[in-house]
Amino acid sequence: MKKIVFAAAAAVMIIASAGASAATDGSGDPTAVKSDDGKWSDKDGTPTFKIEPDGTVDWYTYVGFNRYSSECLRCHGPDGMGSTYAPALMESMKRLSYTDFYAVVAGGKQNVSASQELVMPANGENKNVMCYIDAIYIYLRARADGAIGRGRPEKRAAKPGAYTKAEDECMG
Amino acid sequence: MPRVSAATLLTAATLLSSPFVFGTAYAQNGDLVQMQSNSANVVMPTITYDNQRYSKLNKINTHNVGKLQVAWTFSTGVLRGHEGAPLVIGDVMYVHAPFPNTVFALDLSHDGKILWKYEPKQDPNVIPVMCCDTVNRGLAYADGKLFLHQADTALVALDAKTGKVVWSVKTGDPGKGETGTSAPMVVKDKVLVGVSGGEFGVRGWVTAYSVNDGKQIWRAYSEGPDSDLLVDPQKTTELGKPIGADSSLKSWQGDQWKIGGGDTWGWYSYDPKLNLIYYGTGNPSTWNPKQRPGDNKWSMAIFARDADTGMAKWVYQMTPHDQWDYDGVNEMILADQEIGGRMVPTLVHFDRNGLGYTLNRATGELLVAQKYDPAVNWTTGVDMNKNSQNYGRPSVVAKYAPGEQGEDVNTQGICPAALGTKDEQPAAYSPETKLFYVPTNHVCMDYEPFRVSYTAGQPYVGATLSMYPPSGQTNMGNFIAWDATKGKIVWSNPEQFSVWSGALATAGGVVFYGTLEGYLKAVDAKTGKELYKFKTPSGIIGNVITYEHRGKQYVAVLSGVGGWAGIGLAAGLTDPHAGLGAVGGYAALNNYTALGGTLTVFTLPSS
Repeated sequence: MKKIVFAAAAAVMIIASAGASAATDGSGDPTAVKSDDGKWSDKDGTPTFKIEPDGTVDWYTYVGFNRYSSECLRCHGPDGMGSTYAPALMESMKRLSYTDFYAVVAGGKQNVSASQELVMPANGENKNVMCYIDAIYIYLRARADGAIGRGRPEKRAAKPGAYTKAEDECMG
Repeated sequence: MPRVSAATLLTAATLLSSPFVFGTAYAQNGDLVQMQSNSANVVMPTITYDNQRYSKLNKINTHNVGKLQVAWTFSTGVLRGHEGAPLVIGDVMYVHAPFPNTVFALDLSHDGKILWKYEPKQDPNVIPVMCCDTVNRGLAYADGKLFLHQADTALVALDAKTGKVVWSVKTGDPGKGETGTSAPMVVKDKVLVGVSGGEFGVRGWVTAYSVNDGKQIWRAYSEGPDSDLLVDPQKTTELGKPIGADSSLKSWQGDQWKIGGGDTWGWYSYDPKLNLIYYGTGNPSTWNPKQRPGDNKWSMAIFARDADTGMAKWVYQMTPHDQWDYDGVNEMILADQEIGGRMVPTLVHFDRNGLGYTLNRATGELLVAQKYDPAVNWTTGVDMNKNSQNYGRPSVVAKYAPGEQGEDVNTQGICPAALGTKDEQPAAYSPETKLFYVPTNHVCMDYEPFRVSYTAGQPYVGATLSMYPPSGQTNMGNFIAWDATKGKIVWSNPEQFSVWSGALATAGGVVFYGTLEGYLKAVDAKTGKELYKFKTPSGIIGNVITYEHRGKQYVAVLSGVGGWAGIGLAAGLTDPHAGLGAVGGYAALNNYTALGGTLTVFTLPSS
C-alpha cells in the first residue's frame, strides 16, 4: 500500500483568525470562476462551490456532505451545526481560510483547560479525511456562505472522470 | 417488603472499614449477592445483578411523590455528557464523571461533603478517539474497592475509604481506537470490563480481571477463531443447536473480522443460580455493509457465558449482517415471568433494532420478538418457526436495507435511526406490575454507505446519515410500558426528545426517568400518569437511582447533557423529505439546555 504523507508541517496551532472580521467567508469571495473538470475554484484559486439556479450542487459539494457526515459529524454535529461540545463549523468557516482549515484538519488542535477539554485529532494520516479534504472544505464553505441549507443536497452534478481517478490514487 | 435493618447497614459499614475480612472469592460473591438485594444501597451500576432497576423502597410513593423536593445538589465540575449513576454504600456516595473521569466520595451525613477525590491524569489525545462524547457509565464496587474503567482503558481499583489507587492495569490501546466508557461489573472474585471503539474498527472483547490484583483471568472476543471466542463448537448453542466450528470466521470475508467491531460497551447482568453472565455485542465495522459480506458473527449478539471460565453457554445474533448500526449492547434484564402457563427464567432485551426480545436465559430459546415502537420498518418481524431455515432471523425489507441498495445510494425513511429505538439508557422492570419501563428514541433516518479505508486509531465509519422523526410526527421519544410475555406496549407517553435516561421502578408504585430537556419525571407505574417533574440544571442522560439514608428515602440523578443525543439533537433535526419550508421544524436541544454535570438529590419534606 502506498504510503501517503501529508503536509505535517502544516500542523501549526491556529488561533481564531481575527483578520476576516467583516467577511462571512474566511477565504474571501467564494464566487466560482474556474472549473478543473468539475472542481471549481474562486478568483484566488481556492476550492469553492458552484450551485446552479435550480439548486444542483457541484460534485465536490455533494461528496463533502457525505464525507463530513461520516468523518466529522460524530463531534461537530449534523450539517456543520455543532454539538453540545464541538463548534459549529459553518460558523468557524466564516473565520478560517483554506490554509487555516487544512492545517487544523491535518495537524489537529487542542484547547485543554481547567474547565474544558477540546481536542481535535490530527487527520494527516487519515485517508478517509485527507483524500476528501477539498470536498469537505467546499461543502462547509457553502454552508458558511448560506449557499446550501441543511441535509443532503438533493440534486448534484455528475461525477467527473478526474474525480474517480484521483480518489482511486489517493485511497489506494 | 423487608425493611432495611440497621444490621444490614452495619454489614456494609464493616465491609468498608475492613476490606480484607472477606478476602476469598466465595465470600465476595456472597457479599455482593446479599448487598445488592438491600435496596437502601446501590452497590452496582445496574443496581441489582438482574438489571431490573427495581427498588423495594416505598416511602416515596404515588400518594406523596408530588411533594418531592431537592435535598442537595453537587457539581462534578465537568461539562461533558454524564451517563450512568452514583453508587451508595452505607454513609457514602461515590460519584463518577466523564473524562477526565473524576471520582468523588461524598458524605451522606453532611449533604454530600467531599471525603476524597480521585482525578487521573490521562492523555487528552484519547478524547477524539471516543465516538460520541467522553462519557463514562460508572463504577463497580467489591471487597472495599471501587473499579473505574477510564477513557484511556486503564482499569483502576481505588480504596473505597481513601481513593488511593490499589492497582491499575491497561486493558486496551487507545492508539488503535480502544477506549473505556462502560461500567465494570464484579462477579465473585472477578471484575468484568468491555471495550468501546466500533467506529474505529476495534474487535470487541470482554475481559475478567482479578478483584485482588488486576491479573487477567480470561478474555473472550466477539469475533475470530473459536479459541478467541471462548466457545465450544459442540456445547455452545444458538437457538438450541450447536454453533459448530469456526462459527465466526465462516461469517466474514477474509481478515475483515480483525477490524470487525462487535464492541462491548454496554451493561452486564448475572444470574447467581445459573452462574451465567449476560451482555450484548455492538456493530460490525465498517458501517458500509458492502465491505463485510456475511453474517459478521458474533457482532450484534447476546452472549451467555460461564462466570468463572468465560466459556459461552449460548449466543444469539439479533441482527445478522447489520446495515444500520443497530448495536446489540443494550442491557439484558433477568426476570422470572409466566409464559404459556409456566414460570420461565427469562431474559428481556430491548434492542437498538427496535425489537423487544424475550428469551429463556437458561437455554437461549427465543420466546418473543416484537416491535416496541410501531414506527420500526426495516423488518417485518422475526421468523419464529423452529423448522424454518431462517428461524430466529429478522425478515429484512429490501427498500430499507442500505446494503441491498448498494454503495453510494441514499436509502431513505429507515426507522429506527442508527441510535436505535433505544440506546444504552437502561429500562426498568417492576415485579409488581410485571411491566417493563422503556426509555425510547422515536427517530428515523436516511443512510448512505460508501467505501472507507482502515487506518489504526482513525475513524472507520463509511456511511452518511440524516435523522428526523417519523413522518407526520414531532415527538422524538416515548416512554413506554411493555408486557414482555406478549410483546405488547401497554402505555406510551410521548416525549419531545429521545428519552436518554435510565429508568427506575419502585415498590412505591412510582417509575422515574429523566428527559433531555433536564426534567426528572415521576409517573404512575400502572398508568403512566405524570405525578411530578422538576427541571434539573442540564439535560439528563444519566440513570435514576434511589437509596435510603438514616431512615429517609432519596432519589438521585446526574444531569449533564451530551453523548450521542447531544450530538444529533443539539441543533435540532430536519426532515429532508418534508419539502420546502419545513426545514428546521423540529425542536433544537440547544434551546432547552446547556452543558454542566450536576447531581440532584431529592427527598420528601420532613413532616
